[in-house]
Amino acid sequence: MNDKGKIIAGLIIFVGIFTFPFISNMGKASAVPEPLLNTPVIQQMPVKQCVETKEYMRANHMQMLNEWRDMLLRDGIKTYKSNSNGKEYVISLQNTCLNCHSNKKDFCDTCHKYLAVHPYCWDCHFGPKEAGV
Amino acid sequence: MSMDRRDFLRIIGLSTVAGGIGGAGLLELRKGTAEAGSAAHGRKKGSGTTLAMVIDVRKLESPDQYKRCIDACHKAHNVPDFGNPKDEIKWIWPDDFEHSFPGAGHEYVAEEVEKKQFLLLCNQCEKPACVRVCPTQATFKRASDGIVMMDYHRCIGCRFCMAACPFGARSFNWRDPRGAANLQNPANLNPKFPTRMKGVVEKCNFCAERLREGLEPACVEACKDTKAIVFGNLDDPKSEVREMLRTHYTIQRKPELGTNPRVFYVIGG
Repeated sequence: MNDKGKIIAGLIIFVGIFTFPFISNMGKASAVPEPLLNTPVIQQMPVKQCVETKEYMRANHMQMLNEWRDMLLRDGIKTYKSNSNGKEYVISLQNTCLNCHSNKKDFCDTCHKYLAVHPYCWDCHFGPKEAGV
Repeated sequence: MSMDRRDFLRIIGLSTVAGGIGGAGLLELRKGTAEAGSAAHGRKKGSGTTLAMVIDVRKLESPDQYKRCIDACHKAHNVPDFGNPKDEIKWIWPDDFEHSFPGAGHEYVAEEVEKKQFLLLCNQCEKPACVRVCPTQATFKRASDGIVMMDYHRCIGCRFCMAACPFGARSFNWRDPRGAANLQNPANLNPKFPTRMKGVVEKCNFCAERLREGLEPACVEACKDTKAIVFGNLDDPKSEVREMLRTHYTIQRKPELGTNPRVFYVIGG
């Protein structure tokens, strides 16, 4: 049993390799992105409110988009009545959501990139015309 | 409790009679539902909303007029053009008499009709074969107006519907439509309507998105001056389509297949 040196050296190398990604990225966490809301349409709104509350949208916009899709396409429901402000909104990703949020790059993409999610909405739906997109 | 032979036979006899009557009653009931069913799916005039189109090909005289309808549609729906028949995507297209109405001709058909091009599109069949075969219900018949819709989100690209459609109305996106030459020019794009993605099947949707806004289908609007395409509710006896059907002899494509197309043609005379 004279392999003590080899075993310990091996263990140190293993631990080194295993923890390398954590150590090398330590303190380099990218800042939590803040989606920008400074589009012309939003700035002209007297009351700046989305279809639902900000917190609800932040947590549930993906489910909502799926529901909207089925409502419009399969059930023929053209408008959505907001639970938070009671207004009716025309159901359309391209023509309602992105009409206000015309800054896809600074709004949608910042969070999606941060969270490494790749929604395939834009394979078919047009994003707004933006410089450099 | 004991039972003698006589009681036993009596109970058996009564049960047989009761069972027979009950069974006959059930059969009668089933016949009733079967009849009601066939009435609902038979060739009866509807009473709700069924959108239909009558194309008067006599009024489409020049290739230019066809092109106007086709271009209007393809532009409104961002239909890609790869300039290659293998990758062709078509929502509305022209074809000759023989291919449009196989079996309807004979060797003495009027030359004018035989040489004519016909404007073809999805027939929005009453009993669409494509809907029956779709494994994901990506294509479905909308109950409110009878349009055979495509839900591109659900399409898995199996192309069963293309095999099932007897009218060749469906096209498969072999390539990413965004890469098509005609869609590179922003002037050719309709920014309000999406494109499709690679791997889905697409077809004419009777301009469901325009109808939603109270507009007529793009092809109808494009040849409005000639009134070659009449569009409306087939279930409304006072509608323009019903008026056309009442006053003209119209034919459907491949009626023998029983899908009951909702696009009718006035071909001459």
